[in-house]
Amino acid sequence: MEGKYLLLRHREFPGIKELDEYRRMGGFQAFHKAVTSMKPVDVTEVVKASGLRGRGGAGFPTGLKWSFIDNKAWPHYVVANADESEPGTFKDREIMEGNPFQFLEGVAIAAYAIQANAAYVYLRGEFWQIAHQLDQRIAELEEGGLLGDRLFGTEYSLRIFTHLGAGAYICGEETAMLESLEGKLGQPRLRPPFPPSFGLFGKPTVVNNVETLANVPLIVERGADWYRSIGTEKSAGVKIFSLSGCVNKPGNYELPLGTTFRELIYEHGGGIGGGAGIKAIMPAGASSSLIVASEESLDTPMDYESVPNVGAALGSASVIVIDETVNIAWLIDKTTRFFKHESCGKCTPCREGTFWMMHLTRRIYSGETGWEDVELLRDVANQVRGKCLCALGEFSIEAVTTGIERFEGDFRQVVRGSEAEVSQMAAD
Amino acid sequence: MNILAEKYHREIDTILAKYPPDQKRSAVMPLLYLAQRENGYVSKQTMVEIAEILGISSTDVGSIIGFYTLYYDEPGGKYRLQVCTDLPCALRGAEQFLDQLCENLGIRVGETTPDGIVTVEHVMCLAACDKAPMFQVQSGDGLTYYENQTVKSAAELVERLRRREGGKDGR
Repeated sequence: MEGKYLLLRHREFPGIKELDEYRRMGGFQAFHKAVTSMKPVDVTEVVKASGLRGRGGAGFPTGLKWSFIDNKAWPHYVVANADESEPGTFKDREIMEGNPFQFLEGVAIAAYAIQANAAYVYLRGEFWQIAHQLDQRIAELEEGGLLGDRLFGTEYSLRIFTHLGAGAYICGEETAMLESLEGKLGQPRLRPPFPPSFGLFGKPTVVNNVETLANVPLIVERGADWYRSIGTEKSAGVKIFSLSGCVNKPGNYELPLGTTFRELIYEHGGGIGGGAGIKAIMPAGASSSLIVASEESLDTPMDYESVPNVGAALGSASVIVIDETVNIAWLIDKTTRFFKHESCGKCTPCREGTFWMMHLTRRIYSGETGWEDVELLRDVANQVRGKCLCALGEFSIEAVTTGIERFEGDFRQVVRGSEAEVSQMAAD
Repeated sequence: MNILAEKYHREIDTILAKYPPDQKRSAVMPLLYLAQRENGYVSKQTMVEIAEILGISSTDVGSIIGFYTLYYDEPGGKYRLQVCTDLPCALRGAEQFLDQLCENLGIRVGETTPDGIVTVEHVMCLAACDKAPMFQVQSGDGLTYYENQTVKSAAELVERLRRREGGKDGR
């Protein structure tokens, strides 16, 4: 049954979170078709041809990732990344709560494509209740013969397990996630080797984001050409945009890739609240560069190719809207505090860099210091760049460097010796 | 005697069955949640017991507790009320919400109410940015989200939690 949504289908059909209803709407036909009538490599080919790219933030072509799996080493594993922890991101949670079977079917199809007999759903610890709901749903699938041994009379067997993290943003980084799943500290691994050759328990593993996997059943069911007809040429399909910050209607919006910022913020998000104008946009959560709001940037299509034209990346499409009442020195104090807290401590540039950046942003924003510390902050950030073991450290500097570069006036306003301070002294 | 193993042997078997037999260490995180169920924290003795079940050192178990924020090695309030004050929540007034909540309860962030019922903490993003102010309540037996909160609704919740615990003591 087709409707307005591809992923957030529960908004139109709330019953879809029950297995009977999901199946009545055609659910698990794609998995059945794959297992009974398609070779694993053909499933991968369809996903490759669809143009689906990873929705967790990196935008890596999904089918290509699957094709990298090492067929000389066994067993294989699929790990679904449900660690959703980026400030501004809350889409995977809605999928798992509202349309859980479509996600689980996607996990199952991915597992079949790489011939994994076990898949793990790694959820952040805070998703405790979602994990318990998923456990029940997985049990229903086993009872219904859709998971388990020798599925649909074939030789193929599959089990899916949930695993709860315990409050660590870094575990969303795929190799840190694998370490965590192995019962270790969630710290990233040195790469290469990449997970498709050396992943969970040292075995070939594919790690995919929840939203990515939720697309898969529809692609297998309706075909690659159908999927390619949505979105743009290089960014196929739909994306869930998590909209937050200074907007009237924050929330998740499922839209074709290539939708403009303007349409998301003003048409769907109801515009900016409180009467102030829009100042900046962070399209990829706290990890994002700051885009200066302008006619040009608002008219930029939100796809993997266009967002870099306005000096940022689409990432996980967690769009945080900043209005004119917000001082960017305050904003980077918030993001830097986040990254300092979440740095895993394994590599020095990130561990030390986030520590010093946090102390500097605090001093700057509280007006305890002069412009020289803004320059020092920029220096520290630039020394972190390109030297970290994983993306966390690299992302920690994006808002800092683009904030200082693009919103210099905000920093001039808060530092010691600023015009505001001088005029205050004159008034005293 | 391994108290944890005796008390929860069925659940421990179910947990261990999720992972390959030679990868028992993977069960350390679910076992820590199990260990926290009764008292909300993991004692030194329980760390030794988990280590014994999994064939790792108790130092390894301790390092996991230290690394992840939802595990505790000392007691706190019966309920940990954890408010997100990250950027998107802060843009919707979460910092003022936290300040007023603390003022109402007469404690500072990180402290526990004198009756031992509630500890207030500020935490990093909880993936509910569109429904701020929000917090989660962590207790031994799980985590619950409370979204679109006001100081009043939060105070009412604290009262409910107090009554629930008071009722238990009175039995």
